[in-house]
Amino acid sequence: MRRVETIYGPLAVLALLIGFAFIADNYFLRLSTSLLMYVVLALSWNFIGGLAGYPSFATAAFFGLGAYCGAILQKAGVPMFVAWAAAGLLSGVFAMALGRAILHLKGHYFAIASLIVAEALREVVNTWTGLTGGGMGLNLPILRLDVTVQARFFFFSMLTIAAASFVLSAFVIRSKLGFGLSCIRQNEDAANILGVDATTYKISAFTLSAVLVGPAGAIYATWVNYIEPGDVFEILHSVKPIVMVILGGAGTLYGPIVGAFAFIVLEEVVWRNVLTFHSGLLGLLIVLLVLFMPQGLMRVTARRLLRRKTRP
Amino acid sequence: MTALLELKGVSRSFGGIAAVNNVTASFQKGEIVGLIGPNGAGKTTLVNLVTGVHHIDAGEIVFDGKRINGLKSHRISRLGVARTFQVVQPFPEMTVADNVAAGALFAGGAGSVAAAREEAQQHLEFVGLGAMADTLASALTLPDRKRLELAKSLAIKPKLLMLDEVNAGLNLREIDDALKLIRAIADTGVTIVIIEHVIKVVVSLSDRLLVLHHGELIADGPPDDVVKDPQVVEAYLGARFAQRMRGGTA
Repeated sequence: MRRVETIYGPLAVLALLIGFAFIADNYFLRLSTSLLMYVVLALSWNFIGGLAGYPSFATAAFFGLGAYCGAILQKAGVPMFVAWAAAGLLSGVFAMALGRAILHLKGHYFAIASLIVAEALREVVNTWTGLTGGGMGLNLPILRLDVTVQARFFFFSMLTIAAASFVLSAFVIRSKLGFGLSCIRQNEDAANILGVDATTYKISAFTLSAVLVGPAGAIYATWVNYIEPGDVFEILHSVKPIVMVILGGAGTLYGPIVGAFAFIVLEEVVWRNVLTFHSGLLGLLIVLLVLFMPQGLMRVTARRLLRRKTRP
Repeated sequence: MTALLELKGVSRSFGGIAAVNNVTASFQKGEIVGLIGPNGAGKTTLVNLVTGVHHIDAGEIVFDGKRINGLKSHRISRLGVARTFQVVQPFPEMTVADNVAAGALFAGGAGSVAAAREEAQQHLEFVGLGAMADTLASALTLPDRKRLELAKSLAIKPKLLMLDEVNAGLNLREIDDALKLIRAIADTGVTIVIIEHVIKVVVSLSDRLLVLHHGELIADGPPDDVVKDPQVVEAYLGARFAQRMRGGTA
């Protein structure tokens, strides 16, 4: 907060990314679109988990809800962009209502309550065959576009949502809301006594953690053309953003982005080289990283590493 | 004088045990009131009821002409009720200045984070922490943390300040400094309720003493009278010892 970041850095990155989209091959475009999707998920989780300190496992619920909202609306003939926006609205409203119900819980209790939501939604989608296709899944209208153009289109769509997440985060972290959330994380009782409206602030953070995940889910659905409950309500959609944020630095602006990047690179390298044991090795790497860099990559400096080593 | 805070028949029980039982008392503007009582007498519960941490079962709490029972903590603090906790509660990862700025921002009416930080500096100077503004709160010593609690409370621009065992864990010299500070705060017109179980500390400072015992108010009056009250002596020393004392002085 004390550091005055200029706007030029992010703008340069944005320009690079736009340039990248026109020279990269389809594999890199696909990978980068995934990365941007995870940047959205990580930055979003950072509101509730990183700033407010509430370990939410509800990201998968918002993602799946957004994916199904977008898919169902598009199938019904609603224009694509409207369907994506509606997904954001629905997941935001859903998070607001859900937050009212479970945010009075703390620590493990909150984590478990938020974890169950995705499972519950998955069951609803499974059962409501008439609307959602149930376990058979849903096919989405196919975009009649050239493969490369399509890859670029989805890259830019995710980039837009990721940039929106970044701007929203930058704004919130510097605002009164961010200050209040930080107080709540460190000591909720003391925050209340100093006039922080903890209930409203927590619900705001929870809503912020959903409102852009919904569109990311909807874009994902359009991108892959076919969704099914097990795919979009996958628990890993909740877990991965948490790992990314912790890896990068919780509560910081750049931490979630750096963490998402590091995670995707690790995942890809490990996946390619150790096909049979990739998730095991990835897990091990993450455990080691978190153990030795509990503050995240963003807070690692040479001096800190040295100090660690000289400590008895 | 008009009462700033009025408790009317305030009661609260936890699991069938009355922690605070039918307490009626009033606190005047600018007064320093000592609230004493043995451990478990309900002193902290009373503070928690006034600040909205717990809700009352019966009675009424009126602050500055407004009924405040049933309001949430943050609303009560915005009306001008500040408190410190028995165990200090800083935001450990924030600087000392930001800790105080939080109070100014969320309850003290500061317009922006920057304005709140500026205001925080004044409160820090007042409590003698001016030089520590950029230190992390977690790095402060205990006496300094207590000062920080006071600065945070002042930042909400309180009309009423409730100090819950603000001297616990301090040595005599440090207590002396703390009492001077509390006097200085009172001189700015803030009503102070000082909660202690060490009677000596309160007697010298207070205009009036209230004594709680088993959740009931057993005495309310000038300090010198209250400490001689047989009921108070009994509450503190036990019935047998109190009787011996009475026999000795008669």
